[in-house]
Amino acid sequence: MTIQRDVMQYDVVVVGAGPAGLAFAIRLKQLAPAKTVCVLEKGAQVGAHILSGCVMEPAALDELLPDWRKTPPTICVPAAKDEFALLTKTSRYKLPTPPQMENQGNFIISLGQLCAWLGTQAEALGIDVFPGFTAAAPLIEDGKVTGVRCGDMGVQKDGTPGPNFAAGVDIHAGITVLAEGCRGSVSKKLITEFRLDADRSPQTYGLGFKELWHVPGGRVQPGLIQHTVGWPLDSGTYGGSFLYHLDQDRVYVGFVVGLDYADPGFQPFEAFQQFKNHPSVKPLLDGGEILSSGARTIIEGGIQSLPRLEMPGALLIGDAAGTINVAKIKGVHMALRSGMLAAAHVAEHGASTGFDTRWRNSPSAKELRTVRNIRPGFRWGLWAGLVNAALETVTFGLLPWTLKNHADWSSLQKRSAAAQSADDYVTRTLPPRDRLASVYFATTTHDEHQPAHLKVSDTDICATRCAEEFGNPCTRFCPAQVYEMVEDGGKKRLQINAANCVHCKACDIKDPYEIITWTTPEGGSGPNYQNL
Amino acid sequence: MKILVGIKRVVDYSVRIQVKKDGSGVETGGVKLSINPFDEIALEEALRIREKGVQAEVVAVSIGPADVQQQLRTALAMGADRATLVETTDAVQPLMAARVFLELVKRENADLVILGKQAIDDDCNQTGQMLAALWDRPQATFASAVELKGKTLRVTREVDAGLEVMDVDLPAVITTDLRLNTPRFVKMPDIMKAKSKPLATLKLAELGVAPAPALEYVSYAAPTPRSGGRKLESVQALVKELRDRGVLS
Repeated sequence: MTIQRDVMQYDVVVVGAGPAGLAFAIRLKQLAPAKTVCVLEKGAQVGAHILSGCVMEPAALDELLPDWRKTPPTICVPAAKDEFALLTKTSRYKLPTPPQMENQGNFIISLGQLCAWLGTQAEALGIDVFPGFTAAAPLIEDGKVTGVRCGDMGVQKDGTPGPNFAAGVDIHAGITVLAEGCRGSVSKKLITEFRLDADRSPQTYGLGFKELWHVPGGRVQPGLIQHTVGWPLDSGTYGGSFLYHLDQDRVYVGFVVGLDYADPGFQPFEAFQQFKNHPSVKPLLDGGEILSSGARTIIEGGIQSLPRLEMPGALLIGDAAGTINVAKIKGVHMALRSGMLAAAHVAEHGASTGFDTRWRNSPSAKELRTVRNIRPGFRWGLWAGLVNAALETVTFGLLPWTLKNHADWSSLQKRSAAAQSADDYVTRTLPPRDRLASVYFATTTHDEHQPAHLKVSDTDICATRCAEEFGNPCTRFCPAQVYEMVEDGGKKRLQINAANCVHCKACDIKDPYEIITWTTPEGGSGPNYQNL
Repeated sequence: MKILVGIKRVVDYSVRIQVKKDGSGVETGGVKLSINPFDEIALEEALRIREKGVQAEVVAVSIGPADVQQQLRTALAMGADRATLVETTDAVQPLMAARVFLELVKRENADLVILGKQAIDDDCNQTGQMLAALWDRPQATFASAVELKGKTLRVTREVDAGLEVMDVDLPAVITTDLRLNTPRFVKMPDIMKAKSKPLATLKLAELGVAPAPALEYVSYAAPTPRSGGRKLESVQALVKELRDRGVLS
């Protein structure tokens, strides 16, 4: 059966209403008001799928929309004080704050709220913002990207059109801008198709968790920014925590784990929950309540893993490419800047050609080159990583080498070889009890009648090789317990609870056989993050 | 014929409701707001009547602050011909809503008003009934099937005993139940078309309706959280526990 599709024509189509995509669209309209621009967003509304720390360096936003400070997002607390500490199971040792992690002049914000506001600014400029619509696949003609195909709505479990079926529109555009954020599904296809990562170091990622808490009065110190390394992670696993104190007795608490961890038995979600129950953290949260929570992967490969940012007819911007500054643990200013630079390029040239060179000659690229060796240095362990980071910092990244990254899916050790992680976890008492209780606070929804959007190309491997070699790590790294091995007639079988998915993309990255592919579900599905 | 459809903006069903700290209401800042699901069903039914070949104009009506236009644009993108926003910042209560609809029914000379059976925020389930009484016209509530036969509507209602079928003469008011239909998805080109469809704005005072609230809300509170369950070792232990608590004798 051939499906009749409507076609819509734009000068530029942007995939993803995050900071990069919206900054691009807004700046392009500022520079070239006559251009027609649309922005596709898979979340039910702009900001619904946005999850970030988030301490923002405001300079880029000042440049894009100088008036933003007049109507700040309702969560916008000036940074007051930085603290950096090392945790052991029972103690907390203060460390000097690395210079990259100092935050004077920055703001703790909800990036979701900021994006919602940017969305209204974009619409006021005449940009068509379409929340609830996915870009399911790129359109490619004669080696050139010509737009995107939007996802179909109302498809039934067996893949056939249901009674309310609505075919996705084909959007034809002179330029397609991929701003999907970390591990975008269309970006992934195009990076492979156009070999944009040829000669680059493999990409590496982290998995971040975040909760917004309301705690009893008198505990919060607005503007206090606390980071830790160490426990509950062993020294071979990269990661750490953040605690950002907001106003009105609210705090952001979060944890990031490098997805290059080696132990297949490791559970990132458990590490986060352990952190919250550390004796130096628990007194802050105890007796409070969770308002919302979620998880998202972070692209950490830096400039040595950054793909080429252009291909015929299309551009990669923000974390769809990986412009985040991991040493600073900040990506918003970089995303905004890459969007603005791409907009200037498109306004001047009307084509993608030359954008890669232009970005690589920009101050953003210099910022990334300076810190390029900090993240990969942590593969030698926490201590060597910290020493290396200090060395790289005092030499301004001028040392004549560039460390390589390794693909996360290849970093798991087989169960037979993996060192038994020492169990030095505490008994947890703070909510949520488990991952399902946590997903409740992400308010994620997927219509159960649609096909599972997580595609596993060979489920036999799950029950045989993977069970044997790695003990099915997908059942542990997924923050939403999407993957379960269930007994079925005396045999184990993979069950995919796709409706729980919070669109973090960890499975697409970490599965050791590269058989899981994250695809877009029906538009408007997924988490409905509030104030994250 | 002319069909009026009520569109109320509510906190989306997927949102985890948070009660304001002072108990004066629920948090609506930064949360997703959308069309009341029963109202979406009402609009879908109006569109289906029109699509069956009946000459009909479908008018989407909402009462609320200026930014409710967003939900009315969605209604227009679904297929309503035009929309009217009755602007007010006062809380919308059933009697006031019914009075507003009565005024609009007179102005528009409407033949049929389709409303959701209730809004998922206050769960009042009153506006349709009140409108029918004020208008002195027939009503068919909790409709699960609607069939237009000339100047009458055959409505199947979901009642305790099963299904009740009744005929009502037009003009009439019907309110929709969940199983009446599944609303369509909004299509992207229709969102673009909706931008140029007529959306009129009236002030509440222009209709001569006083905002005087008929109900006073005293306070809001979240339900007490369920205290955790407990697993018992055996059936015997369960029976003992139940005896101890006087549930079993």
